Amino acid sequence: MSHAEDHQGTRRDFLYYATAGAGVVVTGAAVWPLVNQMNPSADVQALASIRVDVGGVSEGTQLTVLWQGKPVFIRYRTAEEIEAARSVDLASLPDQSAENANLAGVVPATDENRALPTPEGSDAPEGAWLVQMGICTHLGCVPLGEQGDFGGWFCPCHGSHYDTSGRIRRGPAPRNLPVPVAAFVDPTTIELG
Amino acid sequence: MAGIPHDHYEPSSNGEKWLHKRLPILGIAYDTLMIPTPKNLNWMWIWGIVLTFTLVLQIVTGIVLVMHYVPHVDMAFGSVEHIMRNVNGGHMIRYFHSNGASLFFVAVYLHIFRSLYYGNYKAPREVTWIIGMLMYLLMMGTAFMGYVLPWGQMSFHGTAVITGLFGAVPFVGESLQTWLLGASAVGQPALNRFFSLHYLMPFILLGLTIVHIWAFHTTGNNNPTGVEVRRTSKEDAAKDTLPFWPYFVIKDLFALAIILAVFMAIVGFMPNYLGHPDNYIPANPLATPSHIVPEWYFLPFYAILRAFTADVWVVQIVNFLTFGIIDAKFFGVLAMFGAIVVMALAPWLDTSSVRSGRYRPTFKWWYALLVVDFIVLMWVGAQPAEFPYDWISLIASTYWFAYFLVILPLLGVIEKPLPLPETIEADYAAHYAPKTGGTKTIVNPAE
Repeated sequence: MSHAEDHQGTRRDFLYYATAGAGVVVTGAAVWPLVNQMNPSADVQALASIRVDVGGVSEGTQLTVLWQGKPVFIRYRTAEEIEAARSVDLASLPDQSAENANLAGVVPATDENRALPTPEGSDAPEGAWLVQMGICTHLGCVPLGEQGDFGGWFCPCHGSHYDTSGRIRRGPAPRNLPVPVAAFVDPTTIELG
Repeated sequence: MAGIPHDHYEPSSNGEKWLHKRLPILGIAYDTLMIPTPKNLNWMWIWGIVLTFTLVLQIVTGIVLVMHYVPHVDMAFGSVEHIMRNVNGGHMIRYFHSNGASLFFVAVYLHIFRSLYYGNYKAPREVTWIIGMLMYLLMMGTAFMGYVLPWGQMSFHGTAVITGLFGAVPFVGESLQTWLLGASAVGQPALNRFFSLHYLMPFILLGLTIVHIWAFHTTGNNNPTGVEVRRTSKEDAAKDTLPFWPYFVIKDLFALAIILAVFMAIVGFMPNYLGHPDNYIPANPLATPSHIVPEWYFLPFYAILRAFTADVWVVQIVNFLTFGIIDAKFFGVLAMFGAIVVMALAPWLDTSSVRSGRYRPTFKWWYALLVVDFIVLMWVGAQPAEFPYDWISLIASTYWFAYFLVILPLLGVIEKPLPLPETIEADYAAHYAPKTGGTKTIVNPAE
C-alpha cells in the first residue's frame, strides 16, 4: 500500500475523482427527493377553478371568497370610485404594470386594464367590477377595504395604501394587487381560474 | 483543555480505571465540571446556565404537549384548547412552554449584550461567538414555527408575513416561498412541516450547545476585565481562577432560583401578558388582524425590516444601482438579516485590542446607546407604520448598522483605552481587599 499523499499514478487520481464525483451525484440524487417532497403535492397543485355567484353584490360592496387558499376581492365599484381610479396620473404610480393575468404581456396600469369587463345583459356600468387577489404584495397580509389615503384598500400590517383600482400608491408594497384569471360566465356568475 | 494548567482526572477505584481505559467519559465530565474559571466573573455570567435550563424546560414540556396536540388545520386550535381545558395540568404545561420562549429570549439578549460589552467575541473566542449566533438564528426559527402551531389568527397571518420575506428574494422568491409552504398559501402542508421542524430544531440546538461550551472551554472563559488567565504555571493559573464546581455552579443555581421565582410569578399570575389576544381566535384566511405584530422578542428586527421603505434615499440608490433587482421589499429583508450578520461579524469589525468595555471610556457611551437603540427598536416595532414611528425606526435601524460598521472599527483606532490590570488576581484584590483587620478599601474602577 503506497502513501496516501502519493500522486504518481494518474490512474489512481482518476479513480479518486471518479469515486468522489459518483459520490456527489449519488448524494444529490438522494437529497433531491427529500427537497422536492416539500413542493406542493398533486392535490394542492390541481388547478381548482371555482364559480362565484355575484348576484347578491350590490353597488359599493365587496365579496371576499377563498380561492386556492387565498382571498379574492370581488368589488362592485361606485361611479365615484371608478372616476377616482381613472383620473389618476399614470406616471405617478409606483407599479406601471396592470398585473392582470387575463392580459398578455406587460400592459399599462390603467384602470381599464384592471377592471373586469361588464358582461352583456348586466345593468352594471362598464368598469364596475374589479376582481383582484386580496393579498398585499408586500408580505401577504389581507388588506382592508374602503380604507387608506386613496379610498381603496389599506394593509394594516405595514401601511400600504392601494387606490380604488387596487394599485399601490404609498407604502412598502412593490406591486399592484394582482388580477387573477377571471371571467363572467353569465351576468351574475364569475369563474375564477 | 483550556490551555489553562490544572489537575486532570485520575481514575481512583478499580471500576473507574476499567471504564476509563475503555471510554474516558468520566474524565470528560470531570474536566468539564472542574474547568478553571476566572474568579472575577460577575452576575452577567449566569445567563448560560439559564439558557441551558430553559432549553431543557422547553424540550421536556414540548414533548408532553405533543402527546395531546394535533397538527391539522381543522383540529390544531381545538387540540390546544383541549390541552388548556381537559388535559390534567395541561394549561400549566402549555403556559410554561409559551412563557419559556420569552424567558429564553430574555436570557439570550442579556447573554449577547454581556458579550458585546466585555468583548467576549474577540480573539480567540470568535468560533464561540459564531456558534452562538447560529444558535440565536435557530432559536428564532424554532420560536417562530412554534408560534404557528396553535393555529390562531396571529399564527396564521404571522406565517404569511414571515414566509412572505422569502418571497421577496429576486427571481426565485415565489418558488422558494411555495416550496417552504408546500402550497401557494399558508395551509395544512405548512402547519405539518413546521410542526416537524419545531420538534427537530431544539435537538440541533442541544448539539450546538455542546459545541458552544466545547469552544469556550478550549479558549477559557473571558471575564469582566478581559485580561487572560495566566497560563505560565499551575500556581499562577490557580491564583486567577476557581474550579467551576462548586463555586460557579452554586452561584449560577442561586441566580437561576431568583430568575425562576420571577418566571413562576409570570406563568402563575399573568401567563398571557406577553401574548396576543388575537391568537385565541381561530385562524381565518379571509381577515388579517387589524394590528399584526410579532412576539416581543422579534420586534427589534421586525422594526428594521419595515424601516426601509421605498421613499428612503438609500433604498432608491440601491434600487437604481441594481437595476431594480433590489426593491424596497427585498432591501428590508436584507436589512433584517444583515442586522444579525453585522453582529456576527463583530470579532472582525472591532479593531480595539482591549476586550472589556470597562477600560474603554468612549466605547462605553456608544455601547450604552446601542442598548437604548435596541430597546427603542423593540418599542417602535410594536407601533403602527406611520409618522413619527417610521422616522424613529429608520434612525434606530441606522444606528444599529453604524455601531457595527462604523463605530466599532473607528473606535479601536481613535480611542485611548484606560490602563488594564496586570492580572485577574490584581483586579480581584483591588475590588475585594483581604480582610486582614485593617481598613477595608474598595476601589471602584471605571464602572
